[in-house]
Amino acid sequence: MITGHLLSAADLSKDEALNLLATAKELAAITDGPNKKLPTLRGKTVVNLFFEDSTRTRISFETAAKRLSADVINFSAKGSSVSKGESLKDTAQTLQAMGADAVVIRHGSSGAAKRLADTQWIQAAVINAGDGTHEHPTQALLDAFTIKQHLRAKESDLSGVKVLIVGDILHSRVARSNILLLSKLGAEIVLVAPPTLLPVGIDKWPVKISYDLDSEIGECDVVMMLRIQLERMADSFFPTEREYSRRYGLNSARLAKLKKNSIVMHPGPMNRGLEISADSADDLKSVIVDQVKNGVAVRMAILYELLGGAPIGDSK
Amino acid sequence: MGILLSSSDIDRAIKRISHEIVEHNQGVGNLVLMGIPTRGAYLAERISKFITEIEGPISTGVLDITLHRDDLRLRPPKPLLPTKIPSGGIEGKDLVLVDDVLFSGRTIRAALDAIGEIGRPRTVQLAVLVDRGHRELPIRADYVGKNIPTAKSENVKVHLAEYDGEDLVELIK
Repeated sequence: MITGHLLSAADLSKDEALNLLATAKELAAITDGPNKKLPTLRGKTVVNLFFEDSTRTRISFETAAKRLSADVINFSAKGSSVSKGESLKDTAQTLQAMGADAVVIRHGSSGAAKRLADTQWIQAAVINAGDGTHEHPTQALLDAFTIKQHLRAKESDLSGVKVLIVGDILHSRVARSNILLLSKLGAEIVLVAPPTLLPVGIDKWPVKISYDLDSEIGECDVVMMLRIQLERMADSFFPTEREYSRRYGLNSARLAKLKKNSIVMHPGPMNRGLEISADSADDLKSVIVDQVKNGVAVRMAILYELLGGAPIGDSK
Repeated sequence: MGILLSSSDIDRAIKRISHEIVEHNQGVGNLVLMGIPTRGAYLAERISKFITEIEGPISTGVLDITLHRDDLRLRPPKPLLPTKIPSGGIEGKDLVLVDDVLFSGRTIRAALDAIGEIGRPRTVQLAVLVDRGHRELPIRADYVGKNIPTAKSENVKVHLAEYDGEDLVELIK
């Protein structure tokens, strides 16, 4: 069971991660039934503190909290006093005064979630929903859940699964969290990207690097396409979008090279026609919609583990 | 520490409960069993096997009640255990809940809530291996393996071969 906060995929042990996935599986089965609502977190308050835009993650956390009967407060920087210049500290103290039990934070600065968790500004459990270019642990957990569901449903972990992560590794918090988590669960990871979109020091990561998508795609079980983050592409990391798309984009020709049971993933939002073609995104091999669906169950499991009981050591 | 039920006592109790369930419901036509993990699930499995032998096949499931416990906030959270809905569902069925020890009744209250999430059975009945008294809620068992008066400070521990390696019910003072 996880306790305290969820800030990084690196904080999770293999057993904690697998336990969480097992709990999520049970919750997914329950919420597939006629009654999706559980009384478990009645009376708890979850605040969605979003300093950056998000569709999926925010709605997913909101749905997860509501299915467990928690109250949800949505806070986005736009339209709040943050646009008047209020600091993270003052915002946090306001939320503390209102009795938040958990804060789900998405912030443009790497380390914002840890900052909130380490200070005494707020007593709530902090869940990192994406901090800058650092980490996005709940996305990694739902990706692990989706891979397990499709490829390793009966096995205990993800041993032997070969995962190709393609695209902007440099700016991708999704890639960072996934590399940490999936390698811990036994998967083998290959990164495919132009050299300009790989971070410094990547040779020390537990991954293989390749610059050629075509030579790798036939070998993998999972191909995870990353979004080209146009808002972070001010420097010229590649000559043109068209050239990027031709060398590193997923299209029907590359889709045809995939093994029979391989799956296509994308954390969303997609740039259709850039890193993934429309027909690849909608292909039968694509599990992108499953990822979104599983996100709710995984986030329910996280909220349940962090808020469900009394703190460890406080039991009777 | 005293032994309350031996392996053959448990066996006889399960057989008697099975007969009572079939008799009370006039056959197995509309019956389903659901065991409460961990040991209730194994007991349900055994009752199901015996009823299948004497009367005919009976659909059996497992019901995890963790998310419905009212003492959730008083203890650290527990991992969820699998819930298995009996084939054919529970809608309109006569559902027999199976657990190892009936004590405060709070587990059964949580189970009734958990059942409500899955569907609406026609009736819900309760079978337990041991009823040790000290109810905190207005709940009673329809089928009891053995009534054992206990002090509140004592503890009744059920061991089952499938999970603990042997069949035994003991009283821990």
